[in-house]
Amino acid sequence: MKWMYSQRLAPYVFVLPFVLSLAVFFVYPVLSTFIMSFQEVLPGQTHFIGWANYENLWDESFYTALWNSSKYTFWTIVVLIPLPLVLAVFLNSKRMKWSGFFRSALFVPALTSVVVAGIVFRLVFGSLDASVMNSIRHLFGFETINWLASSTTGMLVLVILATWRYAGINIVYFMSALQSIPDELYESASIDGANTWQKFWRITLPLLKPISIYVITISIYGGYAMFTESFILWSGNRSPNDIGLTMIGLLYRHGIEKNELGLGSAIGVVLLTITMVINVIQLRLFGLFKKED
Amino acid sequence: MSVRRFSPQTLLLLVLFVILGALALFPFYCLALASFKPSKELLRFGLNIKLQADLLSWNNYSFIFSAGGAKYITWYKNSLVITAVYTVLCMLLSSMVGYGLAMYRFFGRNLIFIFVLLVMMVPIEIIMLPLYKQMIALNLIDTFSGVILPFVVSPLPIFFFRQYAAGLPKDFLDAGRIDGCSEYGIYFRIFVPLMTPAFGAMIIVQALASWNSFVWPLIVLNSGEKLTLPIGLSSLVTPYGNNYDILIAGSVLAIVPIMLVFVFFQRYFVSGLTVGGVKG
Repeated sequence: MKWMYSQRLAPYVFVLPFVLSLAVFFVYPVLSTFIMSFQEVLPGQTHFIGWANYENLWDESFYTALWNSSKYTFWTIVVLIPLPLVLAVFLNSKRMKWSGFFRSALFVPALTSVVVAGIVFRLVFGSLDASVMNSIRHLFGFETINWLASSTTGMLVLVILATWRYAGINIVYFMSALQSIPDELYESASIDGANTWQKFWRITLPLLKPISIYVITISIYGGYAMFTESFILWSGNRSPNDIGLTMIGLLYRHGIEKNELGLGSAIGVVLLTITMVINVIQLRLFGLFKKED
Repeated sequence: MSVRRFSPQTLLLLVLFVILGALALFPFYCLALASFKPSKELLRFGLNIKLQADLLSWNNYSFIFSAGGAKYITWYKNSLVITAVYTVLCMLLSSMVGYGLAMYRFFGRNLIFIFVLLVMMVPIEIIMLPLYKQMIALNLIDTFSGVILPFVVSPLPIFFFRQYAAGLPKDFLDAGRIDGCSEYGIYFRIFVPLMTPAFGAMIIVQALASWNSFVWPLIVLNSGEKLTLPIGLSSLVTPYGNNYDILIAGSVLAIVPIMLVFVFFQRYFVSGLTVGGVKG
C-alpha cells in the first residue's frame, strides 16, 4: 500500500471522487440522453428509431412550453438585472445608512424553498374575495380575479415570485462587484468635473459588465429550468390550457409521467441546445469573446 | 434619534428601502398569519391580511404534533437525515477535490477543472431522465442513497474550496513533508483546519440546498414514509381543497431553523451563495 502515499499519486487520490461521480452521474447520463433521444425506450426492447422522436416533438404542448419558458426567462432577466443593479448601487452609496441590514432583509426570501414560496404565493394570490391581492385590487376599485386562470396574470405571479426570491441574491452579486471598484476612479472623475450620473454611466456600468454577464448567463439556464414554481402554483403538472407548462414540465410529463424516455430525452437535448445557443449569442453580443483586455 | 441628522438623499433612500424591505418580508407575515388561522376559514374565504384576532389559535401547530401530523414528523426526520448525511459527505469529498486541484500540478488537472465548471453550468433538470434510468439500473429508486449519491461530489463547493485553498501558503505543504507527514495527513491535519471559514460557508449553503431540494427527490422517492419535507408538503397541495392545517404551519416549521441559522451565520450565507460570482 506504500505506493498510495507517493507524492505523484496523491493528487489523483484527491480528485478521484469527482472523476468517479463525473463518469457515473454526468458523462454517462449526458451521453445516454443523446442516445436515448434516437430510441424508443421500452422495458426489455429498446430500439433505434432514428429522428422520429425529434419529428414527433413539435406538437402544440411543445410550443406552449417553449413559449412559456421563453417568456418567463425574458421577463425575469428584464426585471432581475436592472432592478438589483440599481438597488446595489444605492445600497453601496456613501449616503446610505444601515445598508447591511437592508441587504439582509432583501436576501431573506432566498432562504425559502420554492415549495414554501409557492405555497405562500398561492395564498397571497388566491382567487377568493378576501385573498390578499384581490382585497388590494378592491381598494383601487377592481374586481376579484382568479390570478392563475389566465396566462398573462399567471405569468405575472411567476415573475413576481422570481423577483421576490432572487432579487436579494442578485443584489449581493452586484454589491460584491461594486466593492471591488477602486474609489480613486470616482475621485479622479470628480476632479475632472463628472457628475453622479456621468460617473454611473461611464465608470460603474462598464465595470459591472463581467458580473452582469455572469448573472444573465445563470438566469438563462435558470429560467429555462424553471419547473417547481409552476408545479406548486398549479398544484401539479397540469394547468388549464397548459398555461403553467414549462419545458422541464414537458420533459417530466413525457419522461416520468408517460414513461416515454426517448421523447423526453429528445426534449432534453432540444432544451440544452436552445439554452446554449441563446447563451452563446448573448455572450457574443456583450463581447465576452472579444480579446480587448 | 433625530431625523435631521440625515441629508434629504439619505432620507429618500431609507424610505425606499424600508418599503422594499417590507415588501420582501410581507409574504412571511402572510404565511405566519395563515398558520394561526383555522384551515376552514382559509379554504372558504382565502387569506385575509387583517389579523382577525378572534380566529387565531395554535391549533394547527398542536395538530402537527398530534397523531394526525405523524406523516409530517416523518418527512421532517427524513429531511434532517438526508441533509445531515449529504452535507457531511459533500464537505469531505468536495474539499478533497478542491484541495487536490489547488495544491498539486498534475497531468489532467486543467481538464478536470474545466469539467467542474461545465457541470456547474448545466441544470440537473436537463439530465434528470437518464439519471433516473441510471438509478433504476443501480437499484437506488426510492432510497435515500439515490437522493444523495448523484450530487454528493458537487461542483460548486469544489470550485469554492479550490479558490480558497489556492489562497493558502504552499509552504505548509513542504513543512509537513519535511516533518514526515503523509500527503493525506497534511491535508487532514494542516489544511482542513486552515479551511474552516470555507467549510462554514459551504456547510450552510449545501445544507440549505439539500433541505430545500425538490425536483430530484420528487423523481427518486415515491413511498409515503420516505418523502422529504418539500415533497411531502407539495403532496398536500391539491386542486380539490388543501390540507391547510399541516401545509401552512408545516411550511413555517420548515423555514424557522433556516432563519435561525441565517441570523447567526449571515456572512457565511452571503459569501457561500454567491460563489460563482467570485472571479476564478
